[in-house]
Amino acid sequence: MILALLSDIHGNLEALNACLKHARQAGAERLVFLGDLVGYGADPAAVVNLIRREAAAGAVVLRGNHDDAVASPASYMNDSAKDAMDWARQALSEDEKAFLAALPLIVREDPICFVHASAVAPERWNYVDCPASARSCAEASGCTYTFCGHVHHQMLFFQGREGAMSAFRPVPGSAIPMRGHRRWVAVVGSVGQPRDRTPAAAYALFDLDRGEITFCRVPYDHLAAAQKIRAAGLPAALARRVELGI
Amino acid sequence: MTVRFVPGSLIDGFTIGERMHSGAMGDLYRVAHPEHPGPLVMKVPRFRTGDSIENLLGFETESMILPQLTGPHVPRLIAAGDLTRTPYLVLELIDGQNLEVLVQRGPLPAPEVARIGAAIADALHGVHRQGVIHLDLKPDNIMERPDGTVVLIDFGLAHHARFPDLLAEEKRYAAGSAPYVSPEQVEGSRHDPRSDLFALGVVLYEMATAELPFGIPATMVGLRDRLWVDPKPPRARVPSLPPWLQEIILRCLEIEVRERYQTAAHIAFDLRHPDQLALTSRAHKSRQVGIVAQAGRWWRARERYPARRGRVAHARNATPVILVAIDTVHPDDERHAAIRRATEQVLSTSAEFRLVCVSVIGAFGRSAEVTPADANSDLHLEHLVRLRHWVDPLKLPTDRLSLHVLESLSPSAALLDFARRNHADLVILGAPGSTQRGMAWWRSVASTVAANAPCSVHLVRVPERPGSGGTVEDLISLDDLPQ
Repeated sequence: MILALLSDIHGNLEALNACLKHARQAGAERLVFLGDLVGYGADPAAVVNLIRREAAAGAVVLRGNHDDAVASPASYMNDSAKDAMDWARQALSEDEKAFLAALPLIVREDPICFVHASAVAPERWNYVDCPASARSCAEASGCTYTFCGHVHHQMLFFQGREGAMSAFRPVPGSAIPMRGHRRWVAVVGSVGQPRDRTPAAAYALFDLDRGEITFCRVPYDHLAAAQKIRAAGLPAALARRVELGI
Repeated sequence: MTVRFVPGSLIDGFTIGERMHSGAMGDLYRVAHPEHPGPLVMKVPRFRTGDSIENLLGFETESMILPQLTGPHVPRLIAAGDLTRTPYLVLELIDGQNLEVLVQRGPLPAPEVARIGAAIADALHGVHRQGVIHLDLKPDNIMERPDGTVVLIDFGLAHHARFPDLLAEEKRYAAGSAPYVSPEQVEGSRHDPRSDLFALGVVLYEMATAELPFGIPATMVGLRDRLWVDPKPPRARVPSLPPWLQEIILRCLEIEVRERYQTAAHIAFDLRHPDQLALTSRAHKSRQVGIVAQAGRWWRARERYPARRGRVAHARNATPVILVAIDTVHPDDERHAAIRRATEQVLSTSAEFRLVCVSVIGAFGRSAEVTPADANSDLHLEHLVRLRHWVDPLKLPTDRLSLHVLESLSPSAALLDFARRNHADLVILGAPGSTQRGMAWWRSVASTVAANAPCSVHLVRVPERPGSGGTVEDLISLDDLPQ
């Protein structure tokens, strides 16, 4: 069973379509959306509807902080994120908003745990961005494999002796064996708004039978996605982020 | 662990045979399987409650890395048991001799050291090209097959560029075997392929002198001597050892990685072509540096210690081998100048290249086998002079350059064989010129080399002069290709 792990789509339909096509070609049999379907990008409604159809077909879909902020505005967001949220709120139908509001924050399917931010109090949206936060996330999830998003960089953490975790920056496209006797936390990167100065969309494939993860980067028409953000009247900084991958 | 590894028992279809070896890290059994003919060996880690976790870590590392490696220089992996239930690895049993047996026989003659050393360097190059660093090279982990090919065994401490390094955090100071470990490994680095080249230097030293250059340090303090103490020059131990071999060994053993050879391919090349080696002061050193110089190194080692830990990984292929083929039989060929210009352009993109110039002359009346031309013959010398004349305008330092005249009835076969043996990264040669347009393209040296080379090929063509041909009728048609 190959799972496609997609997170932080942020209303970027072009990037999402490119990743789904890539995942299907790679033999993905199950889709997992790790949250933040909306926010920043120009196509929140189209993205939500596409993912709703996949959910009806068996995909796992989680709620991220941006999805959460549609119903309850978040004070911690910066101005451009807030502007984008206000815009998304009016772009989404009540039906679509209800779908987002009903999504779970964390899903456990032993030996796997899915969560948008950290398994430690998922509703607090803590970042898994260092070995210490990865360790508490792995311990809170209690599962061998924990997959999360929220941080827009791809990273793999693995547990060593005495529980301490180490960080590894994966090379896109190579399958990495993750033996099941230790705990792993994979941060899969962002489909719709990568921030490592590479505009290509990021997601990951997990082969459960082989215990292997492959981090992927998928080039797509990011200039078109950025142009749509400008055309929608959203802050120009958000278009720049998509153009440059910053 | 419920499975018992005793002779006669059956594990996942493998029948356990005699125990071949029992060591601190685990046991080796001969095994057989009806679907896998040939001699096999099963490696079982020793792991009981309370045992060192490092045993299993090394085993896990090896079971991650070995399936990724291909080629004649690593044992073929047949099967791996589930790490959490029945950990084992089944490997091809290497038919050959362990190098430890050979080094015990005491100083080996220089040609023998060079032959085996080049084969080890080939094996390291094969592994480095796949993104893997062995990090525990020593005679015990080197097998020589009857045909002279070297196989590296025991990848329990190895590092894979695209996998998480399970050992990086776990056994910082235990990495490697004390007599062979490189200075940077002593400092905790595990990501530099040049660490293996240092260990190869120790192995070469041991083969050539029957002594270990740094003895067998028993403590961490003794091991840190590696950061500032240079070894007694091998010629001080074995006066008959040729200067070129000392040059190669001491260059491998440089404390600073940038002073060392940068690739295993380069070491293999120098060991195979000692006559092409530019000797430095290393070749004639007769004793270790004085106490003052050592104190200076000690002080510098202390100062840079924190800085070196964070050093970025060494880029692979930092010293590309560029092989250029020159037809010295036709010294007036108009392509010679064009090939020189193309070579100059290629060299300008790389600071650390090595240029290998080759000419193939016909060996009439001899077998088709490729042999270096007799160094004493007038013919050989004449072509060497022409090669030197061709390369002279490039004004290259001698340590970046080597010249070779080969004899063969088949220039393309000779070039391909030479490129493969010497790990060429690029071959530059002339495309058939306008005068050869009449001949079948697929029979040309250029097309054969381009089709079969182990690396990229740069074909150089003299630009057409206006009106000098190139009509549609002259072009090679697909219809002309052999069916």
